[in-house]
Amino acid sequence: MGDTAILVETSNIDAVLALSATLGQLAATRQGVWADVDDIVPAARTVLVVARGGTDLAALARLIERAGAATTVSDSVADAGRVEIPVRYDGPDLEDVARHTGLTPREVVEAHTGMPWRVGFGGFAPGFAYLVGGDPRLTVPRRPSPRTAVPAGAVALAGDFSGIYPRESPGGWQLIGTTDVVLWDVDRTPPALFTPGMVVTFVEVGS
Amino acid sequence: MTDKRLHILATGPQVTLQDSGRRGHMAVGVGRAGAADQAAYALGARLLGNSTRSAAIEVTFGGLRVRAKGELLVCLTGALASATVDGVPVGHAAPFALADGSELELGMPSSGLRTYVSVRGGLGVDPVLGSRSMDTMSGLGPPPLRVGDALPVGPAPRTLPHVDVAPVGKPTDDPIVLRVSAGPRRDWFEDPSALASTSWTVSDRSDRRGIRLLGEPLTRWPQSRDQELPSEGMVRGAIQVPPNGEPVIFLNDHPVTGGYPVIGVVDAVDVDRAAQLVPGQPVGFRWVPSYW
Repeated sequence: MGDTAILVETSNIDAVLALSATLGQLAATRQGVWADVDDIVPAARTVLVVARGGTDLAALARLIERAGAATTVSDSVADAGRVEIPVRYDGPDLEDVARHTGLTPREVVEAHTGMPWRVGFGGFAPGFAYLVGGDPRLTVPRRPSPRTAVPAGAVALAGDFSGIYPRESPGGWQLIGTTDVVLWDVDRTPPALFTPGMVVTFVEVGS
Repeated sequence: MTDKRLHILATGPQVTLQDSGRRGHMAVGVGRAGAADQAAYALGARLLGNSTRSAAIEVTFGGLRVRAKGELLVCLTGALASATVDGVPVGHAAPFALADGSELELGMPSSGLRTYVSVRGGLGVDPVLGSRSMDTMSGLGPPPLRVGDALPVGPAPRTLPHVDVAPVGKPTDDPIVLRVSAGPRRDWFEDPSALASTSWTVSDRSDRRGIRLLGEPLTRWPQSRDQELPSEGMVRGAIQVPPNGEPVIFLNDHPVTGGYPVIGVVDAVDVDRAAQLVPGQPVGFRWVPSYW
């Protein structure tokens, strides 16, 4: 990926999370060429390693390859943590999601809360995370036309992902609920509640 | 902090604070931001003895007028704009004193797009996640400057400026050629070499997120036409090709991840030159070997 970055391809999100956890530990050592690595960006099937100008990318690529070979998917997400998200299932698209999935609205809520999700990757806005690994019955298309304003805290579905809007923004995901949890706060350390690999469980609360 | 200030009297189309950028937060959706022309920004910092964490003003297409409170040492780099202090022309890439109460005014650039106004000591707004850069994508960092703002000037660094003028070339109005190496999805395109054989023109819909190019659209292979690319990490300089076939060169406020194929990636130092392209200017590419 140009003269400052390397894009590593993997087979799936589990491999992405395992590799980015390994690379994150190596980058944290700041030893040798790892001192030049500024960012490790997991995505759906790739991990982007961003270094500074002048970094020996060939040497970095060899180290990444070696790290990848030594990584097994099972040793990912060791200490990524877990978090519970209280949700009021009052989203305007709950009926549409029920129709798309062939479930009742109640069954949608039970499916969303019934299995833990995992933080896959971010990218859409600060603090936003694509949550993966939930109940496969909850696969739905995006809305045919995006909303111009989705409120902060909206809990949503699209494709086989779930997500929470960290702040008001336009958006095309199906909205099924609302949470008061603050996903992004620049005055907090770290500012993002979700970090890749973290286990997320949704819990229904009354409105 | 000192009691020195820089008062904003007029702003042009876009005036933001920038530094060398924000690092280490891409995984949570926060991009690099920072001066679009890093070389011009860094030269300004160096000529004043400032660190590369110091904030400077990035002025897009001129129009800035400022007044000093206390005597300031100032330097202009990047796009060559006619600049006057109290009506008297001042030089480019050469530090000059702005006396207490004096006014600096920048006209429209004669070549290039972005001029950097650096002040010895830096402009002392509070950093956000380690940077004083405004990110127009995420909204992080100090908001765009407005008339009436009084920017505090930081204490003078220990390093003394020791160069009177830097003999840098001005950004050119002529067609420029950017070096590009193969992008990860180059094989999605029927004829990737068309990127380098097409003469492109810079669209006026370009901004700090990306430079949009106009020209003969690049076509995907039939089997790639309806293929969806799972989102993947992006870098400054990545050339993303949306379905309309017209490439976009990502600049500093690019989205952290993207779902359109990247045909090539512009060399980091050439992105600095790209950041000075003005709408309507011709631009071309030359393929260089991959870096590893």
